[in-house]
Amino acid sequence: MKHTLAVLVENKYGVLTRVAGLFSRRGFNIDSLAVGITEDPTISRMTIVVRGDEHVLEQVTKQLNKLIEVIRVTDLGADESVERELALIKVNTDASNRAEIIQIVDIFRARIIDVASKSVTIEVTGDANKIKAIQTLLRPFGIKEMARTGKVALTRGSKSS
Amino acid sequence: MTGKPERMTGARAFVECLYRENVEVLFGYPGGVLLPIYDELYDAHLHHLLVRHEQAAVHAAEGYARATGKVGVCLATSGPGATNLVTGIANAYMDSIPLVAFTGQVPSSMLGNDAFQEANITGITMPITKHNYLVQDAKDLPRIIKEAFHIASTGRPGPVLIDMPKDVTTDEIDFVYPDKVELRGYKPTYKGNSQQIKRAATAIAKSKRPVIYAGGGVIGSDASKELLSFAEKIRAPVTTTLTGIGGFPNDNELYLGMPGMHGTKYANYAIQESDLLIAVGARFDDRVTGKLKSFAPNAKIIHIDIDPAEISKNITVDIPIVGDAKNILKSLLPHVSECDTKEWLDKVAIWKRDFPLYYVNRDDAIKPQYIIEQINEACPDAIIVTEVGQHQMWAAQYFKYKEPRTFITSGGLGTMGYGFPAAIGAKLGRPDKVVFDISGDGSFQMNSQEMATIVQNDIPIIIALFNNGYLGMVRQWQALFFEHRYSHTTIEDSVDFVKLAEAYGALGIRVEKPSEVRPAIEKAIEANRPVIIDFIVEREENVSPMVPAGAAINEILDLERTQ
Repeated sequence: MKHTLAVLVENKYGVLTRVAGLFSRRGFNIDSLAVGITEDPTISRMTIVVRGDEHVLEQVTKQLNKLIEVIRVTDLGADESVERELALIKVNTDASNRAEIIQIVDIFRARIIDVASKSVTIEVTGDANKIKAIQTLLRPFGIKEMARTGKVALTRGSKSS
Repeated sequence: MTGKPERMTGARAFVECLYRENVEVLFGYPGGVLLPIYDELYDAHLHHLLVRHEQAAVHAAEGYARATGKVGVCLATSGPGATNLVTGIANAYMDSIPLVAFTGQVPSSMLGNDAFQEANITGITMPITKHNYLVQDAKDLPRIIKEAFHIASTGRPGPVLIDMPKDVTTDEIDFVYPDKVELRGYKPTYKGNSQQIKRAATAIAKSKRPVIYAGGGVIGSDASKELLSFAEKIRAPVTTTLTGIGGFPNDNELYLGMPGMHGTKYANYAIQESDLLIAVGARFDDRVTGKLKSFAPNAKIIHIDIDPAEISKNITVDIPIVGDAKNILKSLLPHVSECDTKEWLDKVAIWKRDFPLYYVNRDDAIKPQYIIEQINEACPDAIIVTEVGQHQMWAAQYFKYKEPRTFITSGGLGTMGYGFPAAIGAKLGRPDKVVFDISGDGSFQMNSQEMATIVQNDIPIIIALFNNGYLGMVRQWQALFFEHRYSHTTIEDSVDFVKLAEAYGALGIRVEKPSEVRPAIEKAIEANRPVIIDFIVEREENVSPMVPAGAAINEILDLERTQ
């Protein structure tokens, strides 16, 4: 079972290590972790996807809350949320298949952000399923490189997390 | 504060901050990067105790904290000085002891370059501190020290480390000590939820077979008076964990002794047959619970703890109450009345009568349990500090503690070498008390160099050394579970402890006969100076009873009967 946690932390030196270290030493499994600054420059937001049952989720939440620099932990599964991930995918291409790739990119509402003679780089945003789907379709052309951000998420509506 | 803030170096500010925090004793060891601080300490009105190894500094600071309830403070230089603190910091973390550890660090400009005596101590201690800091600017030092003392001593107490690069101690700042701490992510809960308190009271009213299981949290929150009133009001028997010992008067009729692996049979039987277990400041450690699935199988569980993360960590709790133990017991008291426990207490009394702690005394060999009883008789108000091993369990079982903070031991981490330096801290914190370090010949040798410290500073500690020529507890396990194959646990004839005492200028007494035990203890108390009593004890005495690791706590080996 996967859970998405929104974790607001002090934007200070070493906080990421503290959080990541907590997961490793307590044996919790991180699927993805994305960090960035928020509208308040003294606060960063971490979106953490963790795998485990309800007991694990409860412990992760409580242990995170124990860290002095953690301001708030919200389980985004409890409320409806919007979630996105960005992937950059560099695909082998030549004149014969470029049109086909462009077609796939259009269907997925992705974008080509770089073109070279033997490759294109595609930017795709969406949930993990969408990224997996486009990846599956592009794989036959040969994926040279790929980078993913990990999931970022916010609660839907005006409530904040 | 009025007027212009005073201009001073970071090192001076360090000393000023310790004044503001009313620090009386600082346990430390100098080194290159600490020279600016040590130069300030030369004129400071602070008791700095020079130890012989930094590990002793942190254990001593911890012993001081446990004996007094104040924050313990230690200081070590960068690199090896800092890494020598690691064991003691982990020990304080496991037992939730308030501690502030200061370390020197190489200058900021050299950080990360593998400079001489550099170690990333904030990185190393991240998993074993409640919080830690690398001071990056001298002007932050007062705020950080204020925060550190606050974090260490509030909520669930714990160790905080402050790493100070050398330039932080030499740079000049305008000294302002903050009045308040502002940490938006740190708001411990002290008051118990009133709904939960009512639920707990209802469960208590319904219970026929309640047991109170109290831990170190009772001592940490000074809740022992409230615990006594609570237990007597509802008429429930009380068991205290190793670190909770002293939290409930041992001579009270409701007292069951310690539960768990080397607990009393009656404590374990009572837990197993209880219909309500009231855990107060205890964390369901595996040495207490044994096999989790069979622990207190018929009991509803109330868990009072200041750390929400302890709730349902090991065992599923029916009624959690998060907050300070003292506060919660106080607010619970008016809601409870005497339970109908007569039948239950009668049953417990029969267990107590039929399965007491016992050992077979002899005239021709000294039984370690007998020594503990004799110390108890000779000096019932002593502070007992222990190392780790068999002697520790005997000290937990056979001394009758009446007050909190009179039994000081390494519970969670089980640190050999802890007791002697912790006894130094305890004695400095409570100079009015006689302090015994109950020790094994194995554990004592892990920090015996501190003999020099107590002799140099004339700190009267009595080291009651239980000399059996073995690493006794490991030997016991080898005897029971490895067919008496004593692999590397024999240390006999390795040291003449009387000569060792004398070499340091202390008093050494060897005791080889039971009849000499009491006179030696009295002589040591009388001497009021550093003493080692080398008790040559029965070599293969076992700690009994014993629940094997991983068994249910009522599956008890009765070792005396099989001998």
